[in-house]
Amino acid sequence: MYKIAVMGDWDSIYGFKALGLDTYPVTDPEEAEKTLHALADDKTAVIYITEALAEKIEKTISEYSASPLPAIILIPGASGNTGKGLALVKKSVEQAVGSDIIFGND
Amino acid sequence: MAASNVNPTRMELTRQKKKLQTALKGHKLLKDKRDELMRRFLDLVRQDKVLREEVEAEIKEANKSFVLAGSQMSKEAVSVAFMAPKQEASVDVSTRNVMSVEIPVFDTHFRGSDKSDFYPYGYAFTSADLDEGVGRLSKLLPKLLKLAESEKSCQLMAAEIEKTRRRVNALEHVLIPQTEENIRYITMKLDENERSSQVRLMKVKDMMLEDAHHYKERRDAEPLKEDVS
Repeated sequence: MYKIAVMGDWDSIYGFKALGLDTYPVTDPEEAEKTLHALADDKTAVIYITEALAEKIEKTISEYSASPLPAIILIPGASGNTGKGLALVKKSVEQAVGSDIIFGND
Repeated sequence: MAASNVNPTRMELTRQKKKLQTALKGHKLLKDKRDELMRRFLDLVRQDKVLREEVEAEIKEANKSFVLAGSQMSKEAVSVAFMAPKQEASVDVSTRNVMSVEIPVFDTHFRGSDKSDFYPYGYAFTSADLDEGVGRLSKLLPKLLKLAESEKSCQLMAAEIEKTRRRVNALEHVLIPQTEENIRYITMKLDENERSSQVRLMKVKDMMLEDAHHYKERRDAEPLKEDVS
């Protein structure tokens, strides 16, 4: 049985608590990395993380991109959409195809 | 080239030929795998893009509600409202095999008295915007999980495609030409050996005949008839 976690600044994620997801309000990059590692070790299948926070700990997140679990998914936070989530998908397209053929220049 | 470090023997030739055959077969299979993976990956990415745009729009809406709610209520009040969630989500993970890539499949369970009853607070002290935000998020949850599934699949498949592509290229541009070169080198070397031993044999035969019949002495003894006539 795996858990679902949400990480990010409190304003962006408290709503998820009502749905029964585990929320971890962190904004400090170092603390976020620690939390991420702890969650990954502790049977968490899906970790939603706000784009703003993800930007700060990009390296740690990419460590998990090759392992089957956890799935780390970027979601826009309360402060708005930075487009980072789509950029990550774009990156995997580039990795696979060699160049971006889906997203174009939009 | 690397051809110089193989032994030009018949056994080695057979081995290299077998190697080439295996490499060609492997190359074809891997190429097929890469093409099929690529096709599925592109389908998946297109779906994922649409899904992500939907989810992001929805979350934006929900966040709007939450920001409104936050402006009407103190942070403490909101914290209290969410203190004890009624639902608890957990997820079962199974895997699906797509072209030898293990793709996760998430199956969510909720532990709550009522599936539609996810508001963890009474309505007395909270803003209506909060309800709306939570409502939106709860409707969004299945999509969010689907997004997680498809995005993770994309990442895994991208890694696998990259790996397969490298293998195909290594076979196509390194191993296969090298083996062909080796085979050519060995055949040429063997032919050369054969020719040289043939020449040696002919030479030896000449020498033996010379010993037996003394052709040369006889020829020298005879006058040069042709030149005279």
